[in-house]
Order: sequence, then C-alpha cells, then structure tokens
Amino acid sequence: MTAPAVLVLRAPGINCERETLDAFARVGGKPEFMHVKRLLAEPQCLERFQIFVVPGGFAYGDDIAAGRVLATELRTRIGAQLLAFVERGGLALGICNGFQALVRLGLLPRMGGALRQEVTLTYNMSNHYECRWVTLKSSKSRCVFVPEGWTMRCPAAHGEGLLLTRDARERAVLGEEGYVVFRYVDEHGAPTEAYPQNPNGSPDAIAGLTDVTGRVLGLMPHPDRAYLAHHMPNWRRDGLAKDGDGLALFASMVKAAS
Amino acid sequence: MRAWRVEVFSREGLPDPKGRAAAAALRSVGLQWQGEVSARRGFLLGDNLTRQQVERFAREVLADPVTEGFEVYAPDHPAKAPPRRVAVQPRPGVTDPVARSLQRTLRDCGLPAAATGTYSVFVLPPNVDAAAAERAASKCLANPVVQSVLIDATPTELPGTGGTADLRVLEVKLRSLADAALTTLSKDGGLALNLSEMRAVQAHYNGLGREPTRIELETIAQTWSEHCKHKTLTGKIRFEGRVIDNLLEQTIARVTHTLARDFCLSVFKDNAGVIAFDDEDAVCIKVETHNHPSAIEPYGGAGTGVGGVIRDVLGTGLAARPICNTDVFCFAPPDMAAADVPKGCLHPLQVLRGVVAGVRDYGNPMGIPTVNGAVHFDADFVGNPLVYVGNVGILPRDKIEKQPRPGDVIVAMGGRTGRDGIHGATFSSLELHTDSETVSSGAVQIGDPITERKVMDATLRARDEGLFSAITDCGAGGFSSAVGEMAADLGAVVHLERAPLKYAGLAPWEIWVSEAQERMVLSVPPNKLERLLALCEEEDVEATALGEFNDSGQLVLQYDGTVHGELDLHFLHEGLPIVERTARWSPPVLHDPEVQEPSDLAYVLLTLLADPNIASKEWIIRQYDHEVQATSAGKPLCGVRADGPADAAVLAPKLGSRRGIVLGCGLNPRYSKIDPAAMAECALDEAMRNVVAAGGDPETTAVLDNYCWGNTSKEEQLGGLVRASEAIAELALTFHTPFISGKDSLNNEFRDGDRTIAIPGCILVTALSVIADVARSLTSDLKEAGNLLVLVGKTKRELGGSTYWKNLGHLGASVPRVDGAQAKRTLDGVARAIQAKAVRSAHDLSEGGLAVAAAEMAIGGRLGFEIDLAHVLTDRALRPDETMFSESQSRFLLEVEPGRLEDLRVNLHEVSWAVVGRVSAAAVGTPATLLFRDGPRELTRVALDKAVHAFKHTLDLDGTLTEAKR
Repeated sequence: MTAPAVLVLRAPGINCERETLDAFARVGGKPEFMHVKRLLAEPQCLERFQIFVVPGGFAYGDDIAAGRVLATELRTRIGAQLLAFVERGGLALGICNGFQALVRLGLLPRMGGALRQEVTLTYNMSNHYECRWVTLKSSKSRCVFVPEGWTMRCPAAHGEGLLLTRDARERAVLGEEGYVVFRYVDEHGAPTEAYPQNPNGSPDAIAGLTDVTGRVLGLMPHPDRAYLAHHMPNWRRDGLAKDGDGLALFASMVKAAS
Repeated sequence: MRAWRVEVFSREGLPDPKGRAAAAALRSVGLQWQGEVSARRGFLLGDNLTRQQVERFAREVLADPVTEGFEVYAPDHPAKAPPRRVAVQPRPGVTDPVARSLQRTLRDCGLPAAATGTYSVFVLPPNVDAAAAERAASKCLANPVVQSVLIDATPTELPGTGGTADLRVLEVKLRSLADAALTTLSKDGGLALNLSEMRAVQAHYNGLGREPTRIELETIAQTWSEHCKHKTLTGKIRFEGRVIDNLLEQTIARVTHTLARDFCLSVFKDNAGVIAFDDEDAVCIKVETHNHPSAIEPYGGAGTGVGGVIRDVLGTGLAARPICNTDVFCFAPPDMAAADVPKGCLHPLQVLRGVVAGVRDYGNPMGIPTVNGAVHFDADFVGNPLVYVGNVGILPRDKIEKQPRPGDVIVAMGGRTGRDGIHGATFSSLELHTDSETVSSGAVQIGDPITERKVMDATLRARDEGLFSAITDCGAGGFSSAVGEMAADLGAVVHLERAPLKYAGLAPWEIWVSEAQERMVLSVPPNKLERLLALCEEEDVEATALGEFNDSGQLVLQYDGTVHGELDLHFLHEGLPIVERTARWSPPVLHDPEVQEPSDLAYVLLTLLADPNIASKEWIIRQYDHEVQATSAGKPLCGVRADGPADAAVLAPKLGSRRGIVLGCGLNPRYSKIDPAAMAECALDEAMRNVVAAGGDPETTAVLDNYCWGNTSKEEQLGGLVRASEAIAELALTFHTPFISGKDSLNNEFRDGDRTIAIPGCILVTALSVIADVARSLTSDLKEAGNLLVLVGKTKRELGGSTYWKNLGHLGASVPRVDGAQAKRTLDGVARAIQAKAVRSAHDLSEGGLAVAAAEMAIGGRLGFEIDLAHVLTDRALRPDETMFSESQSRFLLEVEPGRLEDLRVNLHEVSWAVVGRVSAAAVGTPATLLFRDGPRELTRVALDKAVHAFKHTLDLDGTLTEAKR
C-alpha cells in the first residue's frame, strides 16, 4: 500500500492549508502544497496526485461571491483536467470555502454530469458569520470514503453555508440519491434545521455533499480544526481522547486512495 | 469613463439577507417606513465590452444561477433612477478589491481587459422621504469618509484615474519665521510639532544655510510624532519635587532590566517583544491602539488597526508568523441616549458594530484566530472610543536579529501606494474635535486583508529561504518611517518614482508619507534580489526595488533623478528636543456612599450579570474565527453549552506539540476615576489572575503595557499617568514579571465647544505565559455536583469603583488595592495547585466580585451551587452585599473534589483560603439554583436559567443567542 499523494491547494486568501496538510500527513498521506498559479500553468501535474484538496479560507477575498473567483479560474482554465482527475478515480475534498468553490466550479454535486453550478451556498439565515462547534452525522450516501452513521463534532466558521437548490425536487434528489453525506444533528442525534445546532439553516440539515461518483466531498464545517484531542471543546469535562473527531475523515480518505 | 452597469439581486421569493440587514440598520438610526428594503450588488464594466460579453459575464460570474437574477444597463442609460433608491459607491482612490478581482475574472473568462468598479443599491418604497433616506443611509449604510451616497441615481462613471502630480521641489520658508508663525505653520500643515520642536527644525536649517523642502519637513514631523517617538513618556517630568528624566525608562523598562529574565530574547527594540517558546522557536507579541481612526470610521479604523499590528509581528526579527489576535475595546454604553452623544461623535452602538465588523472582516480573512479580548463601557469614552489590537507570532530563535547592510536593496512589497492615510501619525497625536470627521478624512482607509495575507505568505517563504537581512512594516508615516528607521545607522537613497501607485497624480512627498496599507519594506542583499522578486511573482505579490541602503548618514529622496530632500539621519532621529513637563496629582475628593442593604440580593446579582461590562460578549466572539490554524486548546467560551466566559485563551501553536501559550488581559478604567495607581495595579493583577486561572505559570509570564490617556500636557492628567506608571512598575517587580513591549496613545480628549471629555486614563495589561502542556490547562465552567468551592484570597470592603455601586449611581472612594507580596503568593500557589491537578475549574474574581464569578462558573457548567458567606475570609465584619460584590483583588474561586483538598492545602502556602460552598445539580422538580446563605440564614436564591438569561441577553445584538425568556 503506497501513501497517496495529496495536493493541498494554495491561493490568495486560502488560509487553512497548514492544518489541512498536517491532518493528511498524520494519517499516512503524502501531502504537499501547490499554489494555484503553478497548477494553472502546469495542470498535467495533477496526474501524480491521488487526492485534490481545496482548504478553507477566503479565496480571492470572496470577491463577487464566496469562492467565485477561484471557481471561475479553475473552471475556465483547468476544468477539463479536474473532471478527468475525478473520472480516473481521484478523490477530492473541499472544506468550507473550498466546498463553496467546488460547488461554484460545478464539481459538486454534478447530478447532471457536466461541470456546471447546480446548487448554491448562500448567506446564513442568521445573516452573519459565526464560529461555533456543531455535530454532524453521516447519512447513507454515494460517498466512497464516508460510511453511514459516523458522528463528528467540529467547528463551523462561515457566513455563507445555507445550501439551496433551484427547487424542492432537486433537494429531494440530493437526499434520495445519496448526494448528502453529512447533516447537522441536535443533541439527540436527529437532523435539525434549527439554529444553533444547524448554524446556517440549511433545509434538510445538509452540511456536506458528494458528487455523482462518490469520490468528491465538500462540507462547510472544519474537520481540519478537530483532528487533535485538545481541539475538542470539552475534554476537560469528558477526558482527553486519543484523537479529535475529524481525524477519521482524513484517515478514511487516505485509506480509500491507497 | 462611462461604463456598463450590471445589477444583481435576489430572485423573487428567496431571502435577501443584505436587504434585511440594511432595513434593520436604517430602522436603528430612526428611519421609519412601511415595507421592505431590497439590496442589489452593482458592477461597472468598461464600455469597450459588448453587450453580449457583459451579459455572458453577468450570467456566468456575477449572478448566482440558483438564487440571483441580474439586469444590464448600457453605458448611455440615464443615471436617474425611480424613487426611492440609495446607491453607495467607494470614493475615488479608496481601495476596492472587488474591482481588482473583476479584472482577473474577465481575463479568466477570455474577455477583453476593461476598467471595473462596484457599488451597492438599496431599494426602498417610493414614499420614503428622500432627504431622510439620504441622512439615514449616510449614517448606517455608507461612511461618507470613504463612500459617496446617491439618491435616486446610479453611478454611471468609473472612478477617474487621478490627476497630474505636482513634481516641483517645494521649499518651505521657515528660517526667518517668528514663533507665532512657526506655530501657525505647524498647525496649518497638520505637522503636530510644538514650538520648541519647530525651533529645533529652524535652527537645524539655519545651520545648513538653506530652507527645508516640504518632503523633509513632512519626514521630520512623522518621525517626531508622539505616535512614533513617545515624547511624553520618555521626556522630562517634574513631579512632587522630583525630576523624572525618562518615565518609561524609570518605570516600565527598569522592571525588565532589573529582573533580567532569561526568557526575554528581544525587548523594547523591535516591532514586538520576543520571548522564548522552546529550544527552536520564540513567540513575540505586540499590542497597538487604533483609537482615532476608529472614532471617525469604526469599520475601516478597526480593520486597518488589526492589519497594522499583524504587520508589526510580521516585521519582527526576520519575520514572525502571526498565530493569534487579541482585541480589547472601550466604548460608551450601547444604550446611551442619542441626545447625550455630542455632535461629531458616532453613537456608541454604531461604533461597537463597526469596530467588531472591522476586526472580523480583517482577522478572519487573514486566517488568524481572534482568541482573546475584553470590552469595557463607560460614558467618558463617547468621544474617544478605544480600540486595542494585538497580535502574537512565532519565529525561529535564529531569526530574531536583523540588520540592514550598506549595499542592500530597499524593496517595497505588497499593496500599492495611494493618497490614503496621509498624516495618520500626526493625526493620532492630536485631540479630536467636532470637525475631525471632515478634516481628517484622508487619515482613514479601508484595508485589503487578502493582499496582506499574500504578503505574509510571501514574506515567510522568503524568510525561510534567507532572502533578506532586515524587514519592517509600513505603519504610521508609511515609507518615511519604515525606511527612515531601517536607515537610522546607515544612509539611503530612495527613488520615489519607482513606487507602484494605485493611481496617477501623487506628489513625491505624498508617496513618501502615505499610509496605504498592506506594505512591508525589506532590506535585500543584491545577490538575493532576483530570487526574491521571482518568489513574489509566484505568490502574486507586487515587489519593487525602491533604492539602496548605504553608509552616508544621509537620507536622499529623489524623483526621476531630481533630489527632493536630503536629511541628516542623526538629526532626524536624535534632534528632537526633550519635552519638559510638569505633573501634579491631587486626589479627587471622594467619599464612600451610604448604601442601604438591598432587600433583594437576587435582583442585584441579575442586574450585575446583565451589566454590559459583565454580560456575555458571545455576540462579538462568535463573529470572530477563533479556531483557524487548529491551535485552539482553550476556547474563549467554555462549558457544556459553550457560553461560559473563559479567563484566557490557550493555544498549542505548533501542530502536534502540546507545548502552549496562555493569553489573557486586565483593564479597569473605572478605578482610574478614583486613583490611577489602583487602576494600574489592578490591571496587572487581573491579567495575571486570568492567565493563572486558565493554567498559566506566573514564573513564565511576560506582560505588555498599553497606555491610553487624556491630554498629558495638562498637569493633572500627567500626574495620574506618573502615579499609574510607578505603581504598576513596583507590582511587576514584586511579581517577577517583565514588560516586553508597550505603547501609548495620549490626547484621548474630545473637544465639543467649551466642553472637554477626557477618557479615564487606563492601562491595558496583556499577559502571555508559555506552558509545557496544554493538557494541564483549565476552564472556568463547574464540572461536577458535590465538588467544593474554595475562595482563595481575602475579601475586603473595597467597593469604590465597583460595578455594584456604579449601578446604584455611586463611584465611592474605597477602590481596591493590591498587596503585592500576598498577591504573588496567591498567584504562585494557585498555579501550583492547578499543575498538581488538584483543581477542576478556576475563575478569577473581578467586576461583580464573588457572586458574579460564581454565577459565571455555574452558567458554564449548567450546575448550581450553595455558598455560605459566613465562611468567606474578610478583613473585618462585612455585610452580605459587600461580601458578595466587593472587587478585592488577588482572589480566585476554585472547584475542588473533596478528596483533593489536601493537595490544595500543600500548594497554597501562606495564602488565605477557605471552603465557602459546594456545587449542586438540578434534581427532579428542582432546577439548578445559585444559593447564598449566611450561616443558617438563607440570603437569596437565583434560578440558574434566570442567571443565564440575564448574562446573555444584554449584548445579544441580533437576538439569536439568548435562550427562551422566562
């Protein structure tokens, strides 16, 4: 089993790249940074990676709309190569702003198969940016590296995480056809649309999506801020665990790509 | 230039969050109407594009395909719009990052390059009065300093590209001026130099036998500003029959030099204080104020303050990587009546909202967690709100020293230079008055955090490749201060025409003193220049060689080969005459009031929990990203529902290591109204308590002092400052705690006609402790029913300046003081007990005293308690209300398991402590309760959920955080 090479994208305004890289390194991946400028100039270098990651942040300041400038750049310049990367079995992950970018790029959820934006992530119902811990539960989904029934606590930190579809029918498709990977849950483990456990008010409690192949995952909350034991908020009450909840996601991705 | 317009709006039936926010803001400033407000995002695109191209761009990029629609207007479409439409556009020259991103995206889409701009539109019902709408919009939707407001019209033109620069060498005739004319020259030119300083300049140029040029005079004014030189604190002061040669040297710096702690690696000489972290790395910390700009334009002022202090840390040693922010504010009460707000001041609520948004929108995009802070409210901050911004960084221990060398290239890196922020350094050294808003508009600007992030990324890579020999940030004074300081022991030639500009038309002196943001200056060995420029290119950062350092002792400023200024660096840095001032202190005549024993102590406690100085700051905290970088090991909010107040932040900055830092602060402006010495002591004691309560070690703690004071050319004001400085220095010596950095902001007075409002002079103390293992750190939330509550420290009748008395309308006289030796034993003992794991939770006692501290612990843990005041150790017989709400210092409330009491005892040597109560839980039919008794007599009981509500609702400004009211 060889350690999969992980491309951790850098771009102006991406700011979660260090912790994302560290999390992948900790579970046996071989992560390295690549600046978007270089990736655009040499898109063929994607071929030596098994995992492509867009970390969180404020790519290009979220000018025009969250993730829009980066998404446009990737779609217009190397859209075909990214699609080919996924089609030949590569895995991809977008966290928070990275999720926003992958959605605008059209890599998620890609229900229609083409690289086209199908859903959106927009302003939280609370109308403001907010940083707070949430609990996620994984649903039965297409995602090849997230099994059903995981519970993962991690911080959400965004102002635009409300996932909207064109209509209720498309939203139903997301749920019924296994595109929804993670949902916000309440203290009883039930999916919730209620604030604050669902920090943005997303209908159907959607926190994370996969694509038609099940190899791409995007989620608003940050497993990259919950992978060490001391990241967890109440270890002084519950005891210090071995790892943070988020580590399992990175481990599972690396395993699936090995 | 005429332009296409694209307006993007939310589709029918979908939420319009920006419209909703605008409606709330307009109502908050008193505009009344029926109906809704909808918001539109406007884009201006050069008229060289075709309609087809514009429509394609709008469809693919500008409008969201799921939620938004758009309209396109041709360049010849009339500007007039139907009522009632409010448009907001950045003024020419104000940074507009979105416009820049539009150009990149046009290119990505294969469209021709075109000029770009942005605006916002708010559509109100047609019957809203136009003048009222314009007034309201100018107050809350736009800031006229940086934005213009249009009513029933749309911007149709792209901002101009500036004018033609005046490139003449401007001579200023001052050699023959009399004193009065010198003073006028300083005042009219915004130089903020006093008469003796103007005379020194005059003498210098008489010696040279020529007149100064404008650029020279500007450079001297920037370099000699109070902001840069701290003339008052380092000057000569006559006080109570003594002469103090240099107050800073004799108080703050003396502590550090006397203690000579070996963890101090670089203090008082660089942009930030540097202390040891581990064998490989050091941590550095800097706290600044950005008060004046934040008073005029809270959003831009606070944001650029954050950006500035981040650059301070980035410019420390050979560049440190910023790891967290700390932000502390002082405002007038948020519920202040509009009539009590003087003309020329913004309402405190508007200042609060603007400042918080400014910190959020700079700190979050930078990817630096904002982990610590405090907010204090007092009516005397109405004209001068205080905005303290701090940053901590980490840097390799072999990168602490820097030295520019002759022959090095001067490289400017980052943002472009514009006419923004000119005279910021001298502006911050003046008093604000009712016209400051209009006079000083150039001193304020909007930051661009993404540019700064890029600069940070490029700088840190360049550091690791060893590409520069020195670095500093462009802060107050712009290039003039940055290059002037780096060249201080050398000499330099600067070619001003090489500086990249935002737009044409800047005169050479404007380029030189502009305080445009997001710029760093590097000293680069010639053989490293090519690699540095290539690296910056890779990182999408603009970098330009501006000139060279040499060993001439002269600073030569050229534009296109013409010399505009030639300054002797020795005179520039050493020629400032020493300020001589007289200080006086006469204690205010104050008495303790006769306060009746309250019949309802529960009511008093709930009122205190709801007091804005004590109430939860969750509304602020949650808007800051406090988790980015994955270093958080102790959050700003703690407990089962993550809403208990933490005493200090705990971080493990090196991923994978549990070695950490604890960061806390102390601030007590109200005590200063009784005695600045008490204020200063209590600030230091409180900062130390906060750090210790969260698991910090007093022996590894370093502190920073940030003074904010009124006009210190007034003898009484300066006397208070001297008292405060001497008191804090004495206590720090006793604590064995060095100061490693500091800053002062003087002249915080507001002039409104004949009336002057001075802030209460105050010192913010920021404390940073390095700890071996974050797993030994602690939170304040109660953990388990049955545990004992231990009160450490003695409670005295110290209610002067207390929040309890403030709420009864009294100040009083019996302000808390600190017994240094006792306090030291307490801090050490509690820290030892925590390291021995004898303590489950700890909280420091500050505003509101014992009762408030206990209630906060209960809120965090969603548990109750029973406290018996009869067990509280006091210095004499106290009434129950006095015991509950006294603000005596050096006290902690600890939660201890009954079986660990002996471990506690062995660690608390010669310290007063007593078991005063027990943690309780809710039982079937009995909700959790906070119960106080005095021996057998029950004094009062408060239901926990009532306490939670009181604590959380006051500053829940969007009404989303408070649990159901009861």
